[in-house]
Amino acid sequence: MVVVTPIAAVLLTMLIGVIVFDAIGINGQKAVVDIFLTPLLASYKWQDVAVKAAPLIIIALGLSIGNRANVWNIGAEGQYIIGALCAAGVGIAAGGAGGPVIVTLMVLAGVVGGAAWAAIPAALRTRLSVNEILSSLMLTYVATQILGYLVGGPWKDPNGRNFPATAPLIPDQTLPILVPGTTIHLGVLIAAILPFVFWAIMARSVFGFQIRVVGSAPQAARHGGFDSKQTIWLALLIGGGMAGLAGSLEFTGALKAINLGFPSGYGFTAIIVSFLGRLHPIGCLIAGIVLADTYVGGQLAKTSVHIPDSTAGIFQAMMLFFILASDIFVRYRLRIVRTQKVAPAMAPGE
Amino acid sequence: MSDTLPRLSLRGISKRFPGVLANDNVSFEVKPGEIHALLGENGAGKSTLVKMIYGIMQPDAGEIWWNGERVVIQNPKVARKLGIGMVFQHFSLFEALTVLENIALGMDAKIPQRELEGRIKQVMEQYGLKLDPRRIVSDLSVGERQRIEIVRALLLNPTLLIMDEPTSVLTPQEVEQLFVVLRQLAKEGCSILYISHKLHEIKALCETATILRGGRLVDTCDPRVETSRSMAEKMIGGNLRDIQKPAGRSFGREKLVVTELSMPGLGHFGMSLKDISFKAHAGEIFGIAGVAGNGQTALLLALSGEATTDDAQAIRIDGEEIGSLNAKERRLKGLASVPEERNGHAAVPDFTLSDNSVLTGRDRLRLAISGIIRPRAARKYTGEVISAFDVKTTGTEATAGSLSGGNLQKYIMGREILQRPQVLVVSQPTWGVDAGAAAAIHQALVDLAAAGSAIVIISQDLDELLQLCDTLAVINGGRLSKAMKVSEADINEIGLLMGGIHGEAAGTSPSTGAAAAIGAEATSAA
Repeated sequence: MVVVTPIAAVLLTMLIGVIVFDAIGINGQKAVVDIFLTPLLASYKWQDVAVKAAPLIIIALGLSIGNRANVWNIGAEGQYIIGALCAAGVGIAAGGAGGPVIVTLMVLAGVVGGAAWAAIPAALRTRLSVNEILSSLMLTYVATQILGYLVGGPWKDPNGRNFPATAPLIPDQTLPILVPGTTIHLGVLIAAILPFVFWAIMARSVFGFQIRVVGSAPQAARHGGFDSKQTIWLALLIGGGMAGLAGSLEFTGALKAINLGFPSGYGFTAIIVSFLGRLHPIGCLIAGIVLADTYVGGQLAKTSVHIPDSTAGIFQAMMLFFILASDIFVRYRLRIVRTQKVAPAMAPGE
Repeated sequence: MSDTLPRLSLRGISKRFPGVLANDNVSFEVKPGEIHALLGENGAGKSTLVKMIYGIMQPDAGEIWWNGERVVIQNPKVARKLGIGMVFQHFSLFEALTVLENIALGMDAKIPQRELEGRIKQVMEQYGLKLDPRRIVSDLSVGERQRIEIVRALLLNPTLLIMDEPTSVLTPQEVEQLFVVLRQLAKEGCSILYISHKLHEIKALCETATILRGGRLVDTCDPRVETSRSMAEKMIGGNLRDIQKPAGRSFGREKLVVTELSMPGLGHFGMSLKDISFKAHAGEIFGIAGVAGNGQTALLLALSGEATTDDAQAIRIDGEEIGSLNAKERRLKGLASVPEERNGHAAVPDFTLSDNSVLTGRDRLRLAISGIIRPRAARKYTGEVISAFDVKTTGTEATAGSLSGGNLQKYIMGREILQRPQVLVVSQPTWGVDAGAAAAIHQALVDLAAAGSAIVIISQDLDELLQLCDTLAVINGGRLSKAMKVSEADINEIGLLMGGIHGEAAGTSPSTGAAAAIGAEATSAA
């Protein structure tokens, strides 16, 4: 069941996609093939899929930790933004300096920034019992405003024709490209390795054990001497740190500048990745590739069948819907119950 | 009696669940006005059988006959229409509603509130059940709550009443009260199917006993002529092992000292602890008796470290103040605990037994070193627990949830006992555990005490405490009575303490409120 439901969810999404597009007069089969299959079959699209999958996987790994422990961080998008901004801040502070040390510092600043942003909901939750779903989500909009202020004000590129964007990174402040002639950067490799690191941590460390116990049986976790507040802190800090890492890698590896379009929804899509991957690190790796596939495929379908590329978003949402729905059907059975007419059961007193 | 038509007749009832035959060709009869005991260890198939009689489940094979006619009982509504009533072990009551509202909610037919109240009063008067229909359930004692369930069943004028382990939550006096009601019902012609594993109660109450073992009917006998021991041996299918308790034991120094421990209650209806003080010495088994819901849960959490207090000196182990330490830190100091809820509290049902060993043994047994779990060490220790405590399971990698209640309890007790704790606090060590497993657990506790540990047992099973403990105190309303030596204890006094009458006033001038009502009943019953 663990593997079957995500696959069923993807297949159902494709099937419903065909039906719905046909119904509104678009070639549904072509649209679905372009969105789901073409990016995987055409080798020239692989690099796009890989680069898009990297941030999704990294963010989803962090979110899966929280989701397992029933700590719901919905604000990865904001932590991703703050991570990228912190990396940019270090880059700007370094001036014209570059090289591995500076780039490493930029990426680390991203991790710290993302974690710090997630520390706010953690503090609110543990001190004041504020629901982390709301606080983390709302902080995303705060992060977007900070980004807008910085790229439109103090950090605006003087040579950018007044567009609100930072100056492009100097080559020495960017991540190395791994495969010459492609866009595949070091961040892709990190995204490919991290799932295995997380897997080892979750399976073998006391920390991973703690997360699993808290998620599975909170009372037993207390009985085992695990502190629930500490778990909330760790889950949110790791989720934020990972989102910040993804943001700084995306900035230094792929986009190399921050503009108003930088927040592209990876932080939200990663929630889908996390669930489609069954909160398992290796599952996140695979699910990240599937979701990146639909991003790239959405771009393709825009030109081939003339549908807006936001269509991909509909498919992504459908996948989440079907995975959550199929879990219900795995656990429960539908039964049609007819109401019976029952005569009053109370006989008159004797 | 033999020529009358049986009220209920089961013929060749079988029920299979995946991997287990819960009932195997069971046939017996219940006569009108008979109090019939259904006796068996946990997992013997008693609950499955009565669920089929009450229409919650359907048999795979066999027939149910009712007053000489074959019937199919599709659901509990049909059962109630036939005249079958049931009082469950676990009550289904809304705490925030009144007695009357709770009863009204449970009725199949809609009856105007005033008429219903009249009928409730009539039933209560008829059977001497004291209960104010307008009181809120959360203020009621467990015995009073049971009375609601009984009244609810009696309102339907049942001709067969099924009682599932009704006395497990009652004080001795309340048990006597219940028996009076049941005997009166039987005299009026209502048959009673009484499920229990407490043999002396069955001897006192029942005319016939049907004994189940492993899903099969092993014997039908007259409990009044059998001995408790002979019935127990039929129940477990072997010889009952006596607990080997060394005579004339002396205690060592103070191990666990609790001084004026107070804790706020958990949640809305939780009981708070008030000035709890007691001492348990090395080698001593200290029992805490009491009716459910009088602060036992809060006390266990406070002792285990799942709830901590800022008053560090309130709990001391070997003189060291541990009140502010959490469960993990207290384990390192030598205090282990076993809460009453096995699944989800003492153990994680989705985890393997090895992983469950890591849950409480990771520091003391070094099943994890510098943050890395050692799966091989965990498996080895789990294997030791399984063989030492005869846990029936497919192995160390079976999930805790796959074990039967008794086997899981043996594993949990073994997991803690083999860690050789200085102090072991256990709640309901044998709740829902069969007689064989219970004897093994009792022996293990006695052995641990003999090895020099102090043991605290919190239990609602007074028989168990009287059998095991050296010293006994009663918890009521979050307060603990003075400790008394079990050898000198008076069962009547314990019963009164459980009902909320403290010390010298017992019986003569009861104090206030609910306690007074119970006290009055208790004295009239005694």
